[in-house]
Amino acid sequence: MIAHSIFFYTFSLIAIISAIMVTASKNTVHSVFFLILDFISISCLFIMIGAEFLGMIMLIVYVGAVAVLFLFVVMMLNVAQQKNQWFAAKNSSKHIPVGLIISTLIFVEIIIVIGGWKYKPEIFDINNSFTQSSVSNTHSLGQILYTDYIHVFQISGMILLVAMIGAIVLTFRQRAGVKRQSYIKQISRERAEGVEVLEVETNKGVRIDD
Amino acid sequence: MTEIGLGHYLTLGAVIFSIGVIGIFLNRKNIIVILMSIELILLAVNINLVSFSIFLGDLAGQVFTLFILTVAAAEAAIGLAIIVVYFRNSGTIRVEEIDKLKG
Repeated sequence: MIAHSIFFYTFSLIAIISAIMVTASKNTVHSVFFLILDFISISCLFIMIGAEFLGMIMLIVYVGAVAVLFLFVVMMLNVAQQKNQWFAAKNSSKHIPVGLIISTLIFVEIIIVIGGWKYKPEIFDINNSFTQSSVSNTHSLGQILYTDYIHVFQISGMILLVAMIGAIVLTFRQRAGVKRQSYIKQISRERAEGVEVLEVETNKGVRIDD
Repeated sequence: MTEIGLGHYLTLGAVIFSIGVIGIFLNRKNIIVILMSIELILLAVNINLVSFSIFLGDLAGQVFTLFILTVAAAEAAIGLAIIVVYFRNSGTIRVEEIDKLKG
């Protein structure tokens, strides 16, 4: 139990510090790196409390795909040179108090909710039935994901498909003046429009207009 | 040292959520950091769902975390595509200079 506490405090401290650095870092590339560190420490926490599958999926999806996508866009747009100025911007002074007040309010509200739950724990009936079972986390997750939640699962696949098509359509750029092969034009070409037989009179040329 | 319970994980989620909200409000540089703050907020939601799922013994929370992960990935892809198109058209993604919708 001591080891559990030590690991929890270590990982959560790393997660909180890197979350602060994501928003406060001067360089956008550093922000992305701290985001990656944040995801890694949170997935370590997930693995520690017994959600191994989600921890691994989090590593694969966030660190492997989303964070690399962020890094790619940051480097492609070349915005790393623009320094982050929280306090140096012209009219940022009215944003800082508002943001601090609202986020502190949200934090206090959530803490009040958590504390209320702590003093009245019989609101939920806690049954740790599945933790004692012999099947692993991945196994039991798959058993209910593909039976009870199969429609939601397929809808999430549709969401991913729509997102992929949307991203391609948004960033697709039609350049003017680029010669491309047009298959439908080539296939639908007939003999009549390609070849023409002319009666050429003697000593007179043929006028070709193109 | 007290035992690590559900309250610790929920507090961690609350802290990360608040940091994400602060990041959205205070960021003056570019939109990409705002997208990263949204990812932080979704991460806090995932922490809450997973810890409730573990401590209450119900697997539905982990299933929903999976779906939130899917939606977050789709949202990041679409958002970054929109940012790339906007940067191509206007040449800047600074938050202060994006004021075309002001009227």
